[in-house]
Amino acid sequence: MAWLRALGSYLPARVVDNAELAPLVGADPTWMLSSTGIEERRFAAPDETVATLGIAAARDCLAAAGIPAADVGMAIVSSGSAERRFPGPASSIAAALGIAGKPAIDLPMASAGGLFAIALAAQLTRAYGHVLVVASEIMSRVVRMDPAGRDTAILFGDGAGACLVSPDTGFAEVVDAVLATDGDFAEALRLEFDAPLHMDGRAIILQASRKLPRAIGELLERNRVLPTEVGTYLLHQANLNLITRVAQAVGAPEERFFRNIARHGNTSSASLLIAAAEWWRGMGGTLREPIVLAAFGAGLNWGAVLAK
Amino acid sequence: MDRQTRIVEIVKRVAGKPIDPAPEESLFESGTLDSFTLADLVTALEGEFAVKIPDADLTPRKFDSVARIETYLQSRS
Repeated sequence: MAWLRALGSYLPARVVDNAELAPLVGADPTWMLSSTGIEERRFAAPDETVATLGIAAARDCLAAAGIPAADVGMAIVSSGSAERRFPGPASSIAAALGIAGKPAIDLPMASAGGLFAIALAAQLTRAYGHVLVVASEIMSRVVRMDPAGRDTAILFGDGAGACLVSPDTGFAEVVDAVLATDGDFAEALRLEFDAPLHMDGRAIILQASRKLPRAIGELLERNRVLPTEVGTYLLHQANLNLITRVAQAVGAPEERFFRNIARHGNTSSASLLIAAAEWWRGMGGTLREPIVLAAFGAGLNWGAVLAK
Repeated sequence: MDRQTRIVEIVKRVAGKPIDPAPEESLFESGTLDSFTLADLVTALEGEFAVKIPDADLTPRKFDSVARIETYLQSRS
């Protein structure tokens, strides 16, 4: 099918901990931590954009892969927080990297965009060679930073991740993917052009608690892999409590679910790739057991990818 | 045990609190349930009443009180 070749990430320098954010949104830092598992997140500097974050993550990924940008055949860029209607950040990122004359496609899909981009890239490597997946988000600019926006402001952070998907070699072969969309709950999580992010947290958690384990279960069952045979689950870092629930529902030890949400918060579609990049750097080179990547978000869109 | 009593017992078990909610009392506003225990409640209701609750019905409003839960379960039976 295709291979995961390398990963990269970029996080803005500014760290915003719960103690700093709490008075802005009228929240108690202890409650912020217990309800989300988040201790701190990063906020982009005023001169940073979704594109500049994505460029930094892409460069980190390509350097790790040892592949020059000129060899990339396509770029797919996911973002739900891009600054304008069009063009999206994909063309700017491709231009800055020097990927000239190759298609660069925007995937305006919050939360699950990184996962969907990897699944699409795996289908496109035969035609385009190396496909560079980038997910970049500046969520701190789309949430309401006052008590009325408390429940969303405490969750989100900024950052970018990248993954090179290659046709011939890599550390893990993408063997299957389950992707799904349910537009019946499209209004539950949305970002209009003239309003801050809206999230019906109860509806989203309820839907995610059911749909995400089901997708992972379907993926594993049809590939005859037991949940306990998966070495690492790499999930969209939405909320620590949700990751715990998914682990219980899937029937795999919670410690196999990689978590970095305490340090970065929920960086929407970037979170899966940032988590995967951090896990990959510490992995030690040789993959011994299958991995599952999974995400859920606005749309509703969700899914899971199996690689081994 | 009637249906409403069985629902209250499930709510108590899922919430892990010795509560006795009035039928119309909001389980969210009272702090009995949160986003995560709501998911547990739905799973427990499916097991107790042998019903499959489709994703399309998974709106928090349907499960906001014992009375609403009872109304929903009646519609499914």
